[in-house]
Amino acid sequence: MAEIFKFIAGCLILIGAFLSLVSAFGIIRLPDVYTRNHAASKSSTLGIMSILIGTFIYFFLEHGHFNSRILLGVVFIFITAPVAGHIISRAAYNTGVKLWDKSVLDDLKQAHDRIPSEQKDQ
Amino acid sequence: MKTNDIILQTVAKVASLVIILFSIYIFFGGHYSPGGGFVGGLLASGAIVLLLLAYDLKTVANMLPVDYKLVVAAGLLISSATVSGALFFDAPLMTHAYQYFELPLLGHTSLHTAVLFDLGVYLVVIGITMTIIQTIGESE
Repeated sequence: MAEIFKFIAGCLILIGAFLSLVSAFGIIRLPDVYTRNHAASKSSTLGIMSILIGTFIYFFLEHGHFNSRILLGVVFIFITAPVAGHIISRAAYNTGVKLWDKSVLDDLKQAHDRIPSEQKDQ
Repeated sequence: MKTNDIILQTVAKVASLVIILFSIYIFFGGHYSPGGGFVGGLLASGAIVLLLLAYDLKTVANMLPVDYKLVVAAGLLISSATVSGALFFDAPLMTHAYQYFELPLLGHTSLHTAVLFDLGVYLVVIGITMTIIQTIGESE
């Protein structure tokens, strides 16, 4: 029983490390800020969460130590990392970082163009 | 363009509560596990800085109407009173005492005067960090 859970914990940690590696490759290979940010915030969040859950399972079943700080860390990263990605992307858009040449859709541009003219009308 | 910070503000509300709880946990666990007054104080001021990032200086001053210079003074007072309190019991300076008590809800608990000294450190760290950040943030 303990060996199975050790195997599961090891698998979770390996999956997490692999996802972090994928995220690093995404940051290197993707063309612009927004797609890079997409890779960095999504994949590494899941990677770190599965590493932490694997660590939690290992310490709980191997040493009988219920480490609630790891669970708090999982919840905290799950809440905050996407928000950090959102803030970075929005700061990039508001300071005028260009999208990739081949991107076809920019819905936010319409909102950006519309809002100042409405404010002028008022 | 007028932007709104509703995602950042909502998450900052939740996250700062979690950070403050964690700082209290680290403060009280300092005797038996890594942590203590210094790290706890830095974490608590980090939570307030997160609120400062999400809202502006005036809103946070309304949320927590505290003069942080007084917090520094209170922390120093608590620490020095704990340190010099040993003199009244015919013991050298900075002698700490502990005793086991049967508390109504917590049961068999050891209470140590080093916690009071750590509380002083905690308050001084919060006060100094927030004073530095507020004075830098206010200057135009």
